[in-house]
Amino acid sequence: MMSLFDKFQSLSDARHALIQTEPSPIGTRIDEILSSTEGRVDGRSVILAGTNNYLGLTFDRDCIAAAHDALDREGTGTTGSRMANGSYASHTRLEEELAHFFARPSAVVFSTGYVANLGLIGTLAGTDDVIVLDADCHASIYDACRLTGADIIRFRHNDASDLEKRLRRLGERTTNALIVVEGIYSMLGDQAPLREIAAVKRRHGGYLLVDEAHSLGVLGAHGRGLAEAEGVEADVDFVVGTFSKSLGAIGGFATSHHPQLDMIRYASRPYIFTASSSPATIASVRTALQIVDSRGELRQRLWANAERLYHGLSRLGFELGPEPGPVVATLLGSPQQGVAFWHGLLDHGVYVNLVLPPATPGGRALLRISVSAAHDTTQIDQIIAAFAALKPMLDHHEQE
Amino acid sequence: MVHLERLAPPDSNLRPDIDLVSELGLDSVKVMDLMLDAEDEFNISVPLNVLADIRTPNQLAQAINKLLESR
Ligand SMILES: Cc1ncc(COP(=O)(O)O)c(C=O)c1O
Repeated sequence: MMSLFDKFQSLSDARHALIQTEPSPIGTRIDEILSSTEGRVDGRSVILAGTNNYLGLTFDRDCIAAAHDALDREGTGTTGSRMANGSYASHTRLEEELAHFFARPSAVVFSTGYVANLGLIGTLAGTDDVIVLDADCHASIYDACRLTGADIIRFRHNDASDLEKRLRRLGERTTNALIVVEGIYSMLGDQAPLREIAAVKRRHGGYLLVDEAHSLGVLGAHGRGLAEAEGVEADVDFVVGTFSKSLGAIGGFATSHHPQLDMIRYASRPYIFTASSSPATIASVRTALQIVDSRGELRQRLWANAERLYHGLSRLGFELGPEPGPVVATLLGSPQQGVAFWHGLLDHGVYVNLVLPPATPGGRALLRISVSAAHDTTQIDQIIAAFAALKPMLDHHEQE
Repeated sequence: MVHLERLAPPDSNLRPDIDLVSELGLDSVKVMDLMLDAEDEFNISVPLNVLADIRTPNQLAQAINKLLESR
């Protein structure tokens, strides 16, 4: 009989074939964090360009001061779930502030973005329902779908006409269908064609959920995300997001214009059966949310950096994701090439994320760079220079 | 089968009862992508939850037939 652990052997073998030495591109140990854009890995100082810290708020003075204050006043943790003893006044205030920020009647705070997707999607849809999701959606959305027992149907990535075709096939069932897309996709950094998707929803019915994990604070005049930027917020029934990227902390939320959203608190197991975020986390997120609203110049700086990096790498001839954004993906040939290139970048003082199939769309290896408003132009240029210096590695490979 | 030929490694011996994942080495994402093509060909939608039980091209054909009949 197989042991419980046998099924991990092939994963372990695959990893070992690719990576035998430290530092490892998978689960890299960052020895020291020096600022929102600098750290130490394996004895080297590196520019952090793989941390989703889009607005650079992890070291914002006001966010840190708010967290310190809450830590002193309310202690290290809530030691309980939102349903029991883990709803402090600050959790409720944050929900009110999120609702106000999104101009929707209510918002629910969860312990992480992953849990927010499980808690909302996993509770909304039931066995007789149907979820139609973009094929490139994040694992948390796929996992949430599995919790529902609903029929799960994928449509081709960013293809509104494919979505329409699949909705048409569903006939009457579309009335209750939950359509799920993301604002900015986490791997290639491309944006959903949300105006077209909203139009499809208007024609066929159903509910539209947008995960703005990578677009909150990044897109829209107020930073509310892609729905705001595209002017289709009225068509978006549910917004899910995370505190772990532009807001620089950890946690997640859902908001909706349906007043019934509040009722999921009584049914959502991922809301009920896990402890709530610590008071310090909630305090820093509340401050970060105010900053998103009040300091639009951070968004401008982020986008200037994103454009500079994207066009710099594009001029060098790298194959990139389809459009500039806070995530700039460089597509590589093979996982082996990815590992070698990642090490090369580290030697040049640049830390990025290596992402390997099957976590990548199209089965390609990619280097995922995340840009921050806190990067200065010199750092962006250093990243470009490191890629330029290593480019011959790829060209050599192509000739083989 | 036609769609499978495109996704399978060259010179694999495609049989109706070949295990798509353990024998053919397709990862779960490739199997899901294979479905998108099959769905268009037959103008049906095969929910992912049905796909979870499918291991071979034969079983896939049966699942598609069942969906076509139930229309
Ligand atoms: C689209 C998307 N949704 C949800 C999450 C999960 O967020 P969190 O890190 O807060 O669990 C992520 C982050 O990885 C994501 O990319």
